[in-house]
Amino acid sequence: MPTPATDAADIQGLVRSGYGQLTAARFLLLRIADTVAARAWLEAAPVTSMAHLDTPQEGTLNIALTCEGLRALRLPEQALGGFSAEFLSGMAGDESRSRRLGDIGANAPDRWRWGTATHMPHLLLLLYATPERLQDWMRTVMAPPWDSAFTVLELLQTATLDQHEPFGFLDGVSQPTIDWTGKPDPAESAHETYSNLVATGEMLLGYPNEYGKYTDRPLLDPALDPAALLPPAEDHPERHDLGRNGCYLVFRQLQQDVGGFWRFLDNEVGGNAEARTRLAEAIVGRQISGAPLLPQTGGPIPGVGPDTDDIRQNSFTFDADADGLVCPLGAHIRRANPRNADLPPGTRGTLSRLLRDLGLVHQALRDDLISSTRFHRMLRRGRDYGVQMSPEAALRAPAAAEAGLHFICLNANISRQFEFVQGAWLAGIAFDGLTGERDPLTAPREGLPGGPPAGVFTMAQTSGLNRRIAGLPQFVTVRGGAYFFLPGLRALRWIAGVHG
Amino acid sequence: MTPQSAFMVCATLDSTRRAELEQLLTSMTSLPGQADPANALIPFGAFERLHFARIVILEDLAAGAEAPPPYLAFLGDCDGDGDAFLHELAERTPDGLRRVFGYCRDFQPGTNLLRWMQDHATPPATYYVNWVGRTVRQVREEAALRAALVAYLREHAAVLPQQPPREIRARLIAFVAAERQAGRLSLTQPTSTPPGWQLRNILHAAGVALALLALAPFLLLGLPFYLIRLRQLERSDAEITPRPAAAHLAALGAIEDHDVSNQFSAYGSIKPGRFRYWTLVFLLWVVNATTRHIYTRGRLARVPSIHFARWVFLEGGRRLFFASNYDGSLDSYMDDFINKVAWGLNLVFSNGVGYPKTNFLILGGAKDEQKFKYYIRRRQLVTSVWYKAYPGLTAYDLARNSAIRAAIEASAMTEAETRRFLQMV
Repeated sequence: MPTPATDAADIQGLVRSGYGQLTAARFLLLRIADTVAARAWLEAAPVTSMAHLDTPQEGTLNIALTCEGLRALRLPEQALGGFSAEFLSGMAGDESRSRRLGDIGANAPDRWRWGTATHMPHLLLLLYATPERLQDWMRTVMAPPWDSAFTVLELLQTATLDQHEPFGFLDGVSQPTIDWTGKPDPAESAHETYSNLVATGEMLLGYPNEYGKYTDRPLLDPALDPAALLPPAEDHPERHDLGRNGCYLVFRQLQQDVGGFWRFLDNEVGGNAEARTRLAEAIVGRQISGAPLLPQTGGPIPGVGPDTDDIRQNSFTFDADADGLVCPLGAHIRRANPRNADLPPGTRGTLSRLLRDLGLVHQALRDDLISSTRFHRMLRRGRDYGVQMSPEAALRAPAAAEAGLHFICLNANISRQFEFVQGAWLAGIAFDGLTGERDPLTAPREGLPGGPPAGVFTMAQTSGLNRRIAGLPQFVTVRGGAYFFLPGLRALRWIAGVHG
Repeated sequence: MTPQSAFMVCATLDSTRRAELEQLLTSMTSLPGQADPANALIPFGAFERLHFARIVILEDLAAGAEAPPPYLAFLGDCDGDGDAFLHELAERTPDGLRRVFGYCRDFQPGTNLLRWMQDHATPPATYYVNWVGRTVRQVREEAALRAALVAYLREHAAVLPQQPPREIRARLIAFVAAERQAGRLSLTQPTSTPPGWQLRNILHAAGVALALLALAPFLLLGLPFYLIRLRQLERSDAEITPRPAAAHLAALGAIEDHDVSNQFSAYGSIKPGRFRYWTLVFLLWVVNATTRHIYTRGRLARVPSIHFARWVFLEGGRRLFFASNYDGSLDSYMDDFINKVAWGLNLVFSNGVGYPKTNFLILGGAKDEQKFKYYIRRRQLVTSVWYKAYPGLTAYDLARNSAIRAAIEASAMTEAETRRFLQMV
């Protein structure tokens, strides 16, 4: 990875890896009890950087902070005010955000276990280790002055990593690839086909994003950083960059009703096990094994591979399936990543682009309805929790223990990346020309005010007549969530050392 | 075919009574900013020809202390003639309108309501209609048609999938005929186009073409000088793109995303000097010719999500008002614009004070995504009352429903066409 050594030692390891080798993990949500002790602990915390990952690790630690956490550490207002509006307001910070994200009804923040008011965490600690080392690693991390510094709000358990999410599907199959080397080319002509490469600035602050611009972040007066702990901002060299090598971390605890999911599908297909699996795969948009429903596209896709699993699982787009005959338009993975380009398929060359831009070519009704994907990507780093069981076991067990996903994603612009994908594509009620349906897998079923419920899932068929399922129950419920800042290591030291 | 029109009544507000007015306007809403269609003051839902309407206080939020007194604006989009619609309004809800307009400086208890509205009617410089000729009645009838078809298919889901597409379509046609017979569905045939409308439209198109042709030599000759001056200005014009205040964002957010569609109102100063003003006059004239003659069937260039939009000059051309009704959330709307028609946004909005830097009027600008979004949000107004005649429906839904109706009414269809039709239902 051609990252300069100073940056590799500065970027938290979670950006590079979900630590697949470390199959045990605990997520700690903390509140700061004593600011001085918390700062002292933070300064000495054994945080894992990207550079550490060049050698195998037995335990890793990453740290992220909420806006409330930064306030509790008495970050100067000048620094705080430089963070994005979404981060400052918080995931549950205003009703209009909740409405957009689908955090309504059973998902509403006032029902969350954590993430609001006195249950708002200040810090998130992500600990990963091999199963036999986990307890030791936790003891190491909770070194003095831990006890005086923090109170533990939640200690979130995770299931031993087995690559399958609780419904049984292979998970974490598709991730964007960060283009560490490239200078992003914002021109449309460079994006005529889908690419899985994204500009570094889409994931990390302080680098150019897909527009070739630097996302807003806290840039400080040198007076606030007399020891010059922080690097100069690339776009404003006279200011010190608190955001550089950091990013936003979105955390949502999503409870999955595994029994409810399989029972509903089983009932829908009259108990036929094969049909049940096929329906589940249509809802997800992949086979249970992770294989795509669509065949490989002709050429290679930039940013997919060289890993052979990655090539097998991700060498496809939806271009050849514009009507959703193979993978339904509303399938989960199609909503989460529509795999389109800046221009509709078949737009090649300057003249064709010009005519397209001017809207002077004939367009079919359904053409060009979805925004360009490359501005709406994120790195996913979630882990499952609870009892994992097979569909058959889930069907038999009426009141199963709780299971779900600690959804974690990293991005540089919460509003344009996480909130857009969650709000416009997953919870959105009019994605890609569909009417009155939200994501069949993860979304709530509330309709619009005064309208019918949105528990519909439409599957187009080659024969013509759509297959349509109505009355989908809600399978996933939000139990908590918050927006965090995952700082670079230098920024973390600066935050720990500031004296307000 | 019934063409659509814009209407807008705009008059200076008596600022001293603003808080009272805002309270009155809130009484017209059910959810924040969302008009109650049956509200006691102006029951929008009772007007069969009304697509969208809004009441908004126009103030230059970015102008600070130099801002002139705000306007009260009542605007909307209707089927048929706009002036005739003002007549209808004045006749049917005089009391409510009098109460609202009573907060304007020059509106007295004895004022003739219709005359006053006509005196304060403010035409747009550019007006966009998503689908010229599609009436509210048509939208509602076609939405009911699709809902009935979906329900019929659900009811007969056990047997229909085994039938060939042709047979299914035949049954749907028979079902629709029976429903119409029973008075449960109606599909009114379009009324005839107002006399002279087609002719005026053709003459207008020809006039624009001729005018451009006649102007072409002068435009070409003047172009180098124009570009030199433009580049000078583009290099020296200040970008003013601070982040919008959190309270302003919260106020805007509170009235958004209650439906699949949202309203957008923005108001700001045009850069001083005749250069920018005449640039805008020319460009908005050209854009208006394209929306009148080219972009009349569901898309504004590449953008399919705008129902109606307009640009209006105010204060003798010192300020510009933009209003639109669009699908999705504001962030996705702005993303769509930035990625699909940044050049178009730049052409017009770069003549506004503080806009992100452009090159040659079309490059850059909105492509500076965050600055552009800040610029837009800072100039966006909190629309007090917003009405949409067909909640829950996107512009795409409307076009699809029309296509479904066309397929029901078509005399013959090929096998492939029939399958496509069934996929739409």
